[in-house]
Amino acid sequence: MTDLVPVLSATWGSEQSWSLDTYTDAGGYAPLKKALGMEPGDLIQAVKDSGLRGRGGAGFPTGMKWGFLPPDDGGPRYLVVNADESEPGTCKDIPTMMSAPHALIEGVIITSFAIGCNHAFIYLRGEVVHVYRRLLQAVREAYEAGHLGKDIHGSGFDLDVTVHAGAGAYICGEETALLDSLEGRRGQPRLKPPFPAVAGLYARPTVVNNVESVASVPAIVDKGVEWFTAMGTERSKGMGLFSLSGHVTRPGQYEAPLGITLRELLELAGGIREGHELKFWTPGGSSTPIFTQDHLDTPLDYESVGAAGSMLGTRALQLFDDTTCVVRAVTRWTEFYKHESCGKCTPCREGTYWLTQILKRIEAGRGTEADIQQLLDTCDSIAGRSFCALGDGATSSIISSVKLFREEYEAHVEQGGCPFDHSAAALFDYSDTPATEEAHA
Amino acid sequence: MTYDETTLAQLTEDAAAIIARYPVKRSALLPMLHLVQSVDGFVSPDGIEFCAGQLDLTAAEVSAVATFYTQYKRRPNGEYQVGVCTNTLCAVMGGDRIWDELSEHVGVGHDETTEDGQITLERLECNAACDYAPVMMVNWEFFDNQTPESAKQVVDDLRAGKDVAPTRGPAKVCSFKQVSRVLAGFEDGRADEDQGAGTPTLAGLEAAKEQGWKGAAK
Repeated sequence: MTDLVPVLSATWGSEQSWSLDTYTDAGGYAPLKKALGMEPGDLIQAVKDSGLRGRGGAGFPTGMKWGFLPPDDGGPRYLVVNADESEPGTCKDIPTMMSAPHALIEGVIITSFAIGCNHAFIYLRGEVVHVYRRLLQAVREAYEAGHLGKDIHGSGFDLDVTVHAGAGAYICGEETALLDSLEGRRGQPRLKPPFPAVAGLYARPTVVNNVESVASVPAIVDKGVEWFTAMGTERSKGMGLFSLSGHVTRPGQYEAPLGITLRELLELAGGIREGHELKFWTPGGSSTPIFTQDHLDTPLDYESVGAAGSMLGTRALQLFDDTTCVVRAVTRWTEFYKHESCGKCTPCREGTYWLTQILKRIEAGRGTEADIQQLLDTCDSIAGRSFCALGDGATSSIISSVKLFREEYEAHVEQGGCPFDHSAAALFDYSDTPATEEAHA
Repeated sequence: MTYDETTLAQLTEDAAAIIARYPVKRSALLPMLHLVQSVDGFVSPDGIEFCAGQLDLTAAEVSAVATFYTQYKRRPNGEYQVGVCTNTLCAVMGGDRIWDELSEHVGVGHDETTEDGQITLERLECNAACDYAPVMMVNWEFFDNQTPESAKQVVDDLRAGKDVAPTRGPAKVCSFKQVSRVLAGFEDGRADEDQGAGTPTLAGLEAAKEQGWKGAAK
């Protein structure tokens, strides 16, 4: 049995857990003082040695990303924290920032010191106003305590932090779209290269890191590389927040070493809801191919999940039991991608539109056998051909669900409708009256 | 522009404070559009002109940005923006039913506002609270673990002028305009208000305690 390791989440249950006092009493901002006494290059090396990989989904080594910045040319360089948490199923950064915003702020200061940044930005999605309140207050408290501003704790290092609220657009979680949005433009992805490390915010060298990645840095500085590398698997080091949602007895945030399995997590979370069995689940959000019961023992690390045909993503484990219609689930995700496609590239803009048309037809019982093949063909025209990963993500659940549950698609075609009682999947009782068919948001 | 002198002076002062946060002033556009909504209740033609003037952009450039983001409203918005998550997980857990009943109860559909100007309904995409499904947001505060009954009650109370507390967040839901001002980056003094972290947020912590907290040296 793998033990849980509350690190980021350790203080979430404390009185006024979000306040500077609570955070400091628990040892917070001591790592900052330690870091300010180190050489920036040594900090970068320590994070490289820790093996910390981006917790925002892609899993790129964080220290390596920092190391990609070109040598100092005297001009500004930026840290931008991606706090635009919007991937369906992903719900880890919001509680992190709501309950312990100072862990992020301290991570921002240490990271900025390491990469030579004097103005950092936190780009928070706009639809979480209380999280924004907490971040604004935490930054103000940090200034008042001398953790931010000029000559921080006599180190000669200056740093300003701006917390910026977005305005409702999933695509802004894509790092270059986020940068365009932060520059006051429509949030559309940029062509890469140049990568943000070379030409990011205002065309200056920029590191874009996820909330959880940055918030993990103070603990690494404090407890050391060996402490961090003792957790996890060979190439997936450290701990991470695993977010269990859906048909599970005790949904929530479980902080554990990478490599824990869903079977172990389910045991801690009280299992699938009573009287039912797990049918399918996402290991890392709606953009990752779905898994089934066959994957209960797959170690949840980057390599093992990849080898099993999906992606670790954001460790957003959405669990669906035997009452759930997979066609309904996939159709809804696809409508999401259609809604959130920025429209910049044709494969994604047009492709997600057509996928939605076909899926809604099948779900409503008006599809044909040929439609199922048409779905896969359309996915082929999007995956690998879109400007950014949104298009790829849109195809993941479709391709994997047709592979794993083709007979369920066929049942919709043959029966001329959905074989499932949707009310059975809900968490409250109601009788299933015919659903109103309405355009999705 | 039709802003009166006092309003314009305040807007200009606030805009200057926003612009000062960024090395390049165009970055101020998103918070300034939230600011405009805090005054007008939507991104008004006046507000677009104001932003354009402050940032040396054309009105067309500002509109192009405003229309990209769903939080910017192009018509006067209700006092309360009520969003029911109908993305897959919440929908399956009951969000679809909540939406159907709430929409029928209130008498408006997606992106529509009640005649009394109180409630604007929206089918919401994932709001990063999946461990609390089914979720509803009111002016971007969390209403977790909803049922059709609880959702209708919240809306009825709001329309009756009662103070309504979210399940996680401040002591009460503020108005659309008040919340828009926070989103423009101005603190409203409510950060310390709290309804508790919520059971799912602490679920792993509780499980770790039961294990004897062997894992992480603290």
